[in-house]
Amino acid sequence: MLNVGKIEEGFVLDHIQAGKSLSLYHHLMLDKLDCTVAIIKNAKSNKMGKKDILKVECDINMLDLDVLAFIDHNITVNVIKDGEIVDKKELVLPKEIKNVIKCKNPRCITSIEQELPHIFILTDEEKEIYRCKYCEEKYGEKRL
Amino acid sequence: MRHLMNPLDFTVEELDKLFDLANDIEKNPEKYSEKCKGKKIATCFYEPSTRTRLSFESAMINLGGSVIGFSDANSSSASKGESVSDTIRVISCFADICAMRHPKEGAAMVAASKSSIPVINAGDGGHQHPTQTLTDMLTIRSLKGRLNHFTIGLCGDLKFGRTVHSLVNALSRYDDIHFIFISPEELRIPDYIREMLSEKGISYQEYIKLEDCIGDLDLLYMTRVQRERFFNEEDYVRLKDFYILDKNKMSMAKEDMLVLHPLPRVNEISVEVDDDPRAVYFKQVQYGVYVRMALILTLLELA
Repeated sequence: MLNVGKIEEGFVLDHIQAGKSLSLYHHLMLDKLDCTVAIIKNAKSNKMGKKDILKVECDINMLDLDVLAFIDHNITVNVIKDGEIVDKKELVLPKEIKNVIKCKNPRCITSIEQELPHIFILTDEEKEIYRCKYCEEKYGEKRL
Repeated sequence: MRHLMNPLDFTVEELDKLFDLANDIEKNPEKYSEKCKGKKIATCFYEPSTRTRLSFESAMINLGGSVIGFSDANSSSASKGESVSDTIRVISCFADICAMRHPKEGAAMVAASKSSIPVINAGDGGHQHPTQTLTDMLTIRSLKGRLNHFTIGLCGDLKFGRTVHSLVNALSRYDDIHFIFISPEELRIPDYIREMLSEKGISYQEYIKLEDCIGDLDLLYMTRVQRERFFNEEDYVRLKDFYILDKNKMSMAKEDMLVLHPLPRVNEISVEVDDDPRAVYFKQVQYGVYVRMALILTLLELA
């Protein structure tokens, strides 16, 4: 059994689908932050069988909750202060996401117009469907 | 300031006002002949489309305004690599309103976001072509007297035909419309349109053969079946003749059924149908000019 110590201040992302933590690490741009990050892969989970966990020692405001919710809104976000969980953030699907995913429609204006932000709009909350703001192409891939 | 990107940008009430204005223009053209005096429309066509461009230009000239623009990307600064965002900022200094046709989907929306003059989407790739939809709607409303309570058949390439998708979306906001989709299996109306109709509780049927349902239709919207959409030649040859509207098929239709077509027509409507009073596809072109005149006046707030 591997032990990873407590963090004093920061957040713990729990219930990440097993094997997805590294991808999440990059999407949240944690590689750009100068802070301690623990990536735990394939931890035992009663609920999921196996899960990944990310522990990050930094200010909660550094985390883009919209991006996280877009990727997987089932992830549990525990906010840690003085070594204790002080808050659990509920993730809701963002109405709009900017520059997280790219439109893959070769006929879309984003394929030629430089520096145009790639914006996706949540068009069906129930089915979690996002469409490109410009060409309305559905973002058809799995989130991660 | 308003733009037109999508036919659904206008509410049903706003469309009613626009169509009333278009009908008034039709009846009293002289009343509007100087409304846009001193105003200029820029027709920025990054790909050729003679019909749509001339319709916009004719509309502006009928209103007493004038026209500047380009009719293909090679004769514009796009060939030097200028972005749509930059082009529209420059055009905004030259003209009062802009109609833009671009091969890339969403191009007009990008232009609108940077523009200081109203932008009309005159077609963006396979995405939207709102003034064609407004033309179709004005034709139906003017000749049928209503935009509700009818059965409309849409025939031909329903999978790739943007005019079809756009018209179905626009008409789905009106009461008691029954849609009949007539196409080969390979060119069926997309799932998302069928899902949208089901969610709204709007009835529709699908047929392979036109003669199996033509007698039920109040309106028939024809589109072209294109050879290149088929996976093999055999299927194309097997199916292409189902969709040629001729005198024989017209004899099975109601006496007041109207035939519309966004044009250009190739062979899907036999020329022998042209003289049938129910064939209104050339009148439709004329309504295209009236609706564009009404649109220019509305967006310039001169109505």
